[in-house]
Amino acid sequence: MDQAVSTRAAHATIRGVTRVYHATRPVHALGPIDLELTGGEFFSVVGPSGCGKSTLLDVLAGLSMPTEGRIEFEGKPVQGQVPDGIGVVFQEDASFPWLTVHDNVAFGLRRAGVAAAEITRRVDYAVGFMGLREFAAAYPAQLSGGMRQRVCIARTLVLQPRLILLDEPFGALDQQTRLLMGDELLRLWRETGATVLLITHALDEAAMLSDGVGVMSARPGRFIDMIETHWPRDRDSRIVANDAFGHVTARLWSSLRAESMKAIGRTQ
Amino acid sequence: MSRAARVRWARIAIVGGSILLPEALCRWHVINPLTLIPPSEMVAAMGQMIVSGELTGDIIDTFSAVGIAACLSIVIGFAAGAAVHATPRVRRAIAPLLASYYAAPVFVFYPLLVGLFGLTMLPLIVIAFIAAVPAMVIATLTGLDRVPRVLRKVARVHRMGPLRTALLVVLPATLPSLCNGIKLCLAYAFIGVIAGEFILSSGGLGYGIAYAYESFENRPMYGRMLFVLLTAVVVNGLLHVWEVRMNARRGRA
Repeated sequence: MDQAVSTRAAHATIRGVTRVYHATRPVHALGPIDLELTGGEFFSVVGPSGCGKSTLLDVLAGLSMPTEGRIEFEGKPVQGQVPDGIGVVFQEDASFPWLTVHDNVAFGLRRAGVAAAEITRRVDYAVGFMGLREFAAAYPAQLSGGMRQRVCIARTLVLQPRLILLDEPFGALDQQTRLLMGDELLRLWRETGATVLLITHALDEAAMLSDGVGVMSARPGRFIDMIETHWPRDRDSRIVANDAFGHVTARLWSSLRAESMKAIGRTQ
Repeated sequence: MSRAARVRWARIAIVGGSILLPEALCRWHVINPLTLIPPSEMVAAMGQMIVSGELTGDIIDTFSAVGIAACLSIVIGFAAGAAVHATPRVRRAIAPLLASYYAAPVFVFYPLLVGLFGLTMLPLIVIAFIAAVPAMVIATLTGLDRVPRVLRKVARVHRMGPLRTALLVVLPATLPSLCNGIKLCLAYAFIGVIAGEFILSSGGLGYGIAYAYESFENRPMYGRMLFVLLTAVVVNGLLHVWEVRMNARRGRA
């Protein structure tokens, strides 16, 4: 059995990061938070609504500057710009409605000035990998929500990112589609060898997909528990039938329950 | 019969009826020919004027003014809309003006413009521009407001600068709203020029209609009117087809 959380070097690190939004009054959204992602790890973050999960992803991606603290990706600081090698998939439909599936997937490669033949090769592979070959000439409006999200994942995949950040990518999908998309994501992770950080509300999704899960407190979000699942690398959604899956999910909920109550303004 | 087919037939019946009814009423002398000539005679008069070249000068005058005013209002309206969108304070300041703009009859300024620029094409272009440009400003603001934030984030993930983001993400995302603005600009520019020619000018289709009206020359008057109407319908129809195709691709009704 392959122990996923290995002793490999840190791929991305977050040290003492906080994020305070300055609106009419300061809102302390995140931290201080520390996290170390090892190369090739699949790590998920769960937490109550509004705890700063997406803020964490934004600062790690370089889409937002932390108020305090330091972020490094492959040993280099991340400072308000998305570094080369990081790919992000968002919760919302981020496909471009005016482009076909093929052109959506090729978008980043064209911007990066990749040669036409290489674009065709990589896009064909990614479109096939995500099961969209028949729909390469279709527009996003002609696809289901799950297929549009696969387009966005394929658009990230073609850029061959070494760190993939996923912000609740399956949030708008039904449970069966989520399980199947989870399988696709695991297959992508295994084949690319990328490090994956998944932000999710769904405890079962985090438990099924991850080598490690970080549980965040209510706002301002801090890690209150870190759980290692010890799943084999070669796994899929059938792992939900495993007894250990129930134990992991139960532990996640026991860590999270009090924080979720706080988030909706109730005490135990 | 499908609902779409029923709608199509209803449309044809309305258009056909609105042509055939006055045709019949005029032919049966229910309507005085000094008031209205049969639509078939309007078509014949229009055809004769086009073939004889009688309309050519007026067409060039009117469409030059409409084209220049529409292009200026589209380009300047888009630039102004983008600038206003980028400066929320300015937007808050001018929002009431934009909201109430079309409540003010801008044509009251036409005599002033003729006084300033003389009886040339310039006052027509200016009045048409004044009538059209707010539509483009409003359409640009609406379009930019509707660009999903996540698309701008995608641009940042792809490390695109402001210019590339504007050209490759923001502009295509705003296109449906801009298309509306372009349609309105053309319509307002057309109305502005024709109305200005009606009020005071030395040429153009509007001037020709007014001149024929004052001379009790029904055939040239209705021929010109029909030409103006058909041109407006054809241009608007072409833009509508473009808009429908674009929206169909994007899954918009």
